[in-house]
Order: sequence, then structure tokens, then C-alpha cells
Amino acid sequence: MTDRGGAAGAHPRAAAPAAGAQMPGPMPCQDGPVSEAQALVQIAGATVRFGAFTALDGVDFRMFPGEVHSLMGENGAGKSTLIKALTGALALDEGTVVIGGSERRFGGPRDAQDAGVSTVYQEVDLLENLSVAENIFLGREPRRWGVIDHRTMRRDAAAVLSGLGLDVDPASPLGRYPLAVQQLVAIARAISTDVRVLVLDEPTSSLDLDEVAELFRVIRELKERGVAILFVSHFLDQVYEMSDRITVLRDGQLVGEYLTTELLRIDLVKKMLGRDVAEIAPREHVVEPEMPADPVLSARGLTRTPGIANADVDIAEGEVLGVAGLLGSGRTELARALTGVDRAHAGIIRIEGQPARLDSPRHAMNLGVVYSSENRRTEGLIGDLSIEDNIVLALQAQQGALHPISAPRRRELALSWIEALGIKPADPDRPVRTLSGGNQQKVMLARLLALSPRVIVLDEPTRGIDVGAKVEIQRLVGELADNGLSVVFISAELEEVLRVGDRVAILREGEVAETVAAASLNPDTLMALVAQPDLPEA
Amino acid sequence: MTLLKHRLFWPVAALVTLVVVNVIANPNFAKVTMRDGDLYGNPVTILRESAPLMLVALGMTLVIATRGIDLSVGAVMAVSGAVSLTIIADSPDPGSLGTVTVAIVVAVLVALVLGAWNGFLVSVLGIQPIIATLVLMLAGRGVALLITGGAITTVTSAPYKFLSNGYLILLPVAFFIWVAVVAIVALVERRTALGMLTESVGINPEASRLAGVRSRGIIWAAYMVSGLLAGVAGIINASNTMAADSNNAGYLIELYAILAVVLGGTSLMGGKFSIAGTVIGVLTVTTLDKTIQFFGVPPAQSPVFFAVVVVIVVLVQSPRVHAWGRAASARMRRTPSSGEPPTGPGAASAAKKHEEVAA
Ligand SMILES: Nc1ncnc2c1ncn2[C@@H]1O[C@H](COP(=O)(O)OP(=O)(O)OP(=O)(O)O)[C@@H](O)[C@H]1O
Ligand SMILES: [Mg+2]
Repeated sequence: MTDRGGAAGAHPRAAAPAAGAQMPGPMPCQDGPVSEAQALVQIAGATVRFGAFTALDGVDFRMFPGEVHSLMGENGAGKSTLIKALTGALALDEGTVVIGGSERRFGGPRDAQDAGVSTVYQEVDLLENLSVAENIFLGREPRRWGVIDHRTMRRDAAAVLSGLGLDVDPASPLGRYPLAVQQLVAIARAISTDVRVLVLDEPTSSLDLDEVAELFRVIRELKERGVAILFVSHFLDQVYEMSDRITVLRDGQLVGEYLTTELLRIDLVKKMLGRDVAEIAPREHVVEPEMPADPVLSARGLTRTPGIANADVDIAEGEVLGVAGLLGSGRTELARALTGVDRAHAGIIRIEGQPARLDSPRHAMNLGVVYSSENRRTEGLIGDLSIEDNIVLALQAQQGALHPISAPRRRELALSWIEALGIKPADPDRPVRTLSGGNQQKVMLARLLALSPRVIVLDEPTRGIDVGAKVEIQRLVGELADNGLSVVFISAELEEVLRVGDRVAILREGEVAETVAAASLNPDTLMALVAQPDLPEA
Repeated sequence: MTLLKHRLFWPVAALVTLVVVNVIANPNFAKVTMRDGDLYGNPVTILRESAPLMLVALGMTLVIATRGIDLSVGAVMAVSGAVSLTIIADSPDPGSLGTVTVAIVVAVLVALVLGAWNGFLVSVLGIQPIIATLVLMLAGRGVALLITGGAITTVTSAPYKFLSNGYLILLPVAFFIWVAVVAIVALVERRTALGMLTESVGINPEASRLAGVRSRGIIWAAYMVSGLLAGVAGIINASNTMAADSNNAGYLIELYAILAVVLGGTSLMGGKFSIAGTVIGVLTVTTLDKTIQFFGVPPAQSPVFFAVVVVIVVLVQSPRVHAWGRAASARMRRTPSSGEPPTGPGAASAAKKHEEVAA
């Protein structure tokens, strides 16, 4: 990574605390230029309580101009809470936030943005009905004679978007684009203002390698300009690639602040989890011929425009079929067509040899085919309902409203899934909206597994999940497959697809270009296959 | 503190305050007397007169929970009253129990069909609820006039009159009707999974669809229940006046019902709903109506008086106002000398947080 920025080089050295040490005093000892060693953001003793639960407990945190500072911790450690406290989205119960030398209490994200603190929240919070340009300039639209100047707005939006290497039409509704694009638009929104502090809460969770590279290029540019960047990601590679410094939280408490160069990955993971993680051995792949003889689910010529064209897929019993492809290759569209979420325009789906017309998710569920969306918030969870309600929802819907699952049975189901998947907090009555991202994902999985499906299609199931939980989910997928469940596992993370999948279906421009045994691939060869431009038909 | 957090705390507090103010101003407000083994007095009247609004608001609660709204309830009341009274008026024996039963059953079925029509427009054709139900709101009264032939049909029928004016044990029949309906609706919502599925559809329709919930059926059902209950309300209302006045039956009741639902703490955004809250909301609205009478507000000014009190009640219940109150009292306690900036941000963010906790 570029280290030319004197800023980036100076602070880490200036403020090297001993590993494991608590936060040093407000002023780091300095041997760099004085002005640069001044912390731009200084949070002291931050405490946030939700009722009796303390989500953040006296945490100190600081950021320097021109540095990328990663905030690390398990799901539920309090990262997003600290960020919300910084931006005023949540009020601190105790503690102070000092930015640029003066204490700030933002009334909300708008205030914060006016003060140069821009945030991209973990769950994309844009308005799908509005155009891309309107989303970018929401609340600060360029005006001419008092009315919104749409021409200028679109032009400025196009400029910001192209700065991110993003080729979308600023005038079309945001909802038309996939989640990854929406996430990039949220980022475009954040950097379209005059930023001094840029907060990115898991910005890369749904992005592909190319987009991540593009984003990182932009982050480096901002860093050169002296912007302080707070970065949260569960991808250790990205954290190590980008950050100058790492602050680790655990259970709402500060573990310590470290220089990235002085913290071994294994130590970082240990500090995050408070224990060692057992690396799982890559799954013993079921050695299968290219096409299973009697697939549980098979699709021929599956087409839905735009998205997928003529896709052929076969999934055997007890197999994990990894799906890899670039953004726009039709990963999600394939998943949705396979599970009745979107009706296919052409093609045949067979379930255990029987042709099935899947015209609704409900129908697919009854045939044992279930789907977990990549977009938890809008297509997954029912935020205001409890963990228990969310877990039993699909089962209850399947049984019909007039055949209620009895209260004790519901409770039993909820508790057993909470335990099986390690959902925290283990309180079935907690509104699912208040859970951390990783735990929400587990609730999603629990809902589907409670149906005892035959085929489960997981679209980015480990998105936003911490290292520990990710390993758990990967292991769980393996176990489920060993017990006869067929899994379609879609992930932008190729390494994960290879680790979990028995075979890998490679999607290119809406077609399954080929299906390859995972054992014969490594991430590099898979990348080459995924990115290969379509050769003209011979 | 936990009592304060209970979702019904503020609705109940508003109702109790309203009653207390009234009783202080005029002790007769709470006076109940026994006559011929039946109870009479203003509180009893409130319980009796709440019936139509109670039924309508109950249906409205379910519709609102699905993120919808039903503007047609007043018109449906008019139709149902017209149907039942016309049947009775046209029958050779208006006073017989058989005639009245037929009249009620037919009227309720017609109301159910009207509710189903609304539900069809919203859940199958995907028309915005406010527009879909506006159709019937505007057309319904015309239909009612058509049924009655443009006149105000008046009848004499003892069994029919009994519905609104009769007494069962100590208390009016109308009161028992709404209590029974509330109990049935509450039981059905909570004992079947309908309540949860309705909330689920109201909170996140797309996620519900992906979870296999038949949102179409659930939404449709809500409008049917709303139509059905409006039909029963129309009968009680007609029984009160014994006249099918198509222009005035249930006039503006849709707005009072929405008000009652909101006063009861159910959000117009859909999702979580509270039947108990709606009951309290309706009692609040009816009590307020009586307050106007007891205070002797001239009819010309009563809408303004009503509006002012509603604004006060709504403000008292608003989480944002609570947060401002807390922030203000916290500032007072911190002593003025500390130079604490008396600005909004702290208060606003406290409000935000409160909303998140309370929601
Ligand atoms: N509104 C709320 N009410 C109650 N508890 C909450 C609320 N918001 C967050 N929490 C709890 O606070 C803790 C910290 O959550 P937070 O979202 O900050 O975690 P995180 O570190 O960002 O996790 P993730 O990596 O999964 O995003 C969690 O245990 C969560 O359940
Ligand atoms: Mg988070």
C-alpha cells in the first residue's frame, strides 16, 4: 500500500502504545509534526446502555487525520454502537466526543455531516424509490430559484459516481440496482460532501473484488487529503491491507489500540474473541462426477431477463454447490429464480425429477426449497418482531394462520435454534432489530432451517459476520450437507466458496459457464475462471 | 419506571386525566343511578354510545396494522343500516324476531362483501388503500340512498330497537355487543397466528412474502373484518335512531376511528398493533364527546374544542415531547450556572433514542 503520505507514516510511529495497553492519554507522544499528531477525533469514556444492557462501556477511541483506523470486534461487540455515538445517531449515556479540539454533541447524522463527519451505516439506509442522484443529495439538493435543480444534481451525481468507477444512471431509481451498487451509492453520498472524518461501517460486505479495489483507491485518495477514515470490516485481509491502526472492542469494552504492523492476525483474532479459534479444516469434499445422476434440484435453460439467460444447474443430495461470479453475473437472480422468489421467464425446474413451477417463495418452500436473501434488512427479518416470532415465522406461515404453533412449542423451537446457532442475546423476546448484524443473520438461518428443507439457497450468508461466527456458519453448512441437505452457497468471497463448496458453478453474464469440482481449484484459478471474458461461440 | 415504559401507559393516562378533569368540573359526570334494575348515567351512556366507533375502530386497527387505511367504514355503516331497515320496513311483520334476524344477517353479509371489495382492490389489484377505499367512501352513500329510495326510512320494530336501546344485565345491550366483539377479535388475533402474521406483513411486506406468508390473504382478511364490523356498527347506529339516514349515518366516523387507533398507540406506519389500546382510544374519544356536552360548549365551537383537546392528548403521548420534558428537567437540575448550552441537539437525540427503545 502507498506509504508516501507523510501523515500515514507519522502517526503510527508517533503513537505506538504497547500492545494490549489501554488507551494512552489524550495527547500521543510525538516525534512527527505537531499539527499532524493532534487527534482529530477523541472519544473518551463512551458508555451506551439499552435498558439494563450495556452495549458500550467506557470506551476510549481516537483518530488522526490522514489515517485509516479499523474498529474490530465480534458481532455485537459494540462497533456500530460506537459509530452511532460518534455521529449522534445515538446519545451517549456517559463520555465525551471531541472533534477538532471542541466537544461535540451532534443531534443526529445531519449535524454530524455538517461538521464534516460522514457516515455509511452498516445497513444501507437509502430510499429505493428515489433516483440514485436524489439519494446522493438527499437533504442538500442543489437549488436554483428555490426549486431543486435536477440537471445540476444529476451532473454532480454522475461526477461523484464516476469517481468511484461506478457506471449507473443517476436518474434511475435506486431500487433497480443490486445491493452492492446501493452500497456504493451510500459511499458516494458520504464522500460527496466536504469530509474530514469518514466512517465506513462494513462498506465492503457485499462488494466484489473489483469494487473493493475501487473503493480502496478512493479511500487512499481521501487519506492523502488528510481525511480520517474509520473502517469496519470482518475481512481481515482488507483490514490489514488498508488500516494504519486497529482498535479492538470486546463485549462493549475496549481491549486496546494497536498499530497494524505490530499486531499479528492470530493475535488480533484472539483479542477479538477472547479465545483461540479453531481453524476448520476445509470440508472433505464429496467427490462427485460433474453432473450428479439424480439431482434433488435441477434447472435447465432458466431465463429471467435481465439477469440470467439459459442457466443450467444441478444439485445433488448432501452437496454444497458453490456459486461464484462477478457482480452482475446473475448470482442473486439465479438464486431467486431457483426459489420461486422471482418467476422464471423460461426454463424448467425439476425437484427430485418432478417438474415444478415455482411461482412464489411459499410454493417453493412447500416443495422444500428455501432462500435466504443477501439483503437481511429489507428481504429477511421482520425488525420489530421478536427473535422467536422471526424464527417461527416461515413455519407458521406454512402451517397457515389458523393452525397456530402453540406457545410452549414456539418457545421450545426458538430456544433450541438460539442454542444451536449461538444466537446472542439468547432472549427469544428481544426485537430482532436490536441484534447485531451477525446475530440477525443467524436468526434468518434458523427460520429457514426450522422448515427442515431439502434445498437451501444461501445468498451471501456470511456477509457481515465476524471471523468466529463465519467459521461456525461454514461448519454448519458442512454439517447440514453431511446430513443430506443440499446447499447452494453464493458468496463474493471466492476463498469461502472453495472452502465450503463441493462443486463450484461459475456464472458469467447470466449463464452457468461451467461447473467445476472445488478440489481442483484454488482462489487464483477460480478468479481467472470467474473473470474470464466470454469467448465468442465457436 | 417499568410502568412508564408500558405501551398502554400514556393512552390510559390520557383517558384517566380526561375523566378526572371532568369529574372535578362537574361531579355529575360520573354519576350512576339505578332505575328498574338497570344502571343509568353518563358513564353508562359513554359505554353504550361507544359501540359503533368501537367496532369500526377495531376493524381499522387491523387494517392499519397491514399498513392500510379504510376510509369507507362510514359509508358501509350507511349501507348496512339502509339494508336492514329497508328489509324490516318492507316486511309484513316488522316486529318479529325472524324479520329482524334476516335483516341483520343480510346487512352484515352485504357489509362483508363491501369489505371484500376493498380487500380485493388493495391486495389483488395493488391499489393504494387510501384510493381503493375512497371509491366506496364516495359511492357507498349513493348506494344506501338507492336502497332506501332516497328517503329516510323509519321503522318501528321492538327487537331491532333493543340492540341499541335495550338492557341486559344492568347494562345496555350495545355495551355487551362491543365487549363480545372485542373479546372475539382479540382471541382470534392472539390465539391463531393471524396477529403475528398481520404484524409481520405490516412491518415488512417483502420479507414476509419471502418467508412464505400469504400477505394477500392476510390483507384481504383485514379489510373484510373491517367491513363486517362496520356493518354491525351500522346496525347498532340505525337501531339507535330507528331511521336509515344515509347521509348522516357514520358521518366522519372513519376519521374518529383513525384518531382512536392512534390514541391507543398503534402506529399509522403499520406493524405492531394493540387492541386494548384501541379500546382505550375509543373510550377517550367518546368521553371527549361527552365532555363537550358537559362543558356546555356551543355546537358551533365544539369542533374547535374537540380539536384542541385532541392536540393536547396527542402531545402528552408523544415520545418526542417526553424526551423534551426529560431534557428540560435535566437542564434545570444541572443548575443554570454551569453554562450548559440550552440547545436542542441533546434533546433531539434523546428523543431519537427514546423512540428506538419505545418502538
Ligand atoms: N436498540 C437497541 N436495543 C437494545 N440492544 C441493542 C440495540 N442496538 C444494539 N443493541 C445491542 O448492542 C450490542 C452491540 O451492537 P452493535 O450493533 O454495536 O454490534 P457490532 O459490533 O456492530 O456487531 P456486528 O459486527 O454484528 O455489526 C449488541 O449486543 C446488540 O444486541
Ligand atoms: Mg455493526
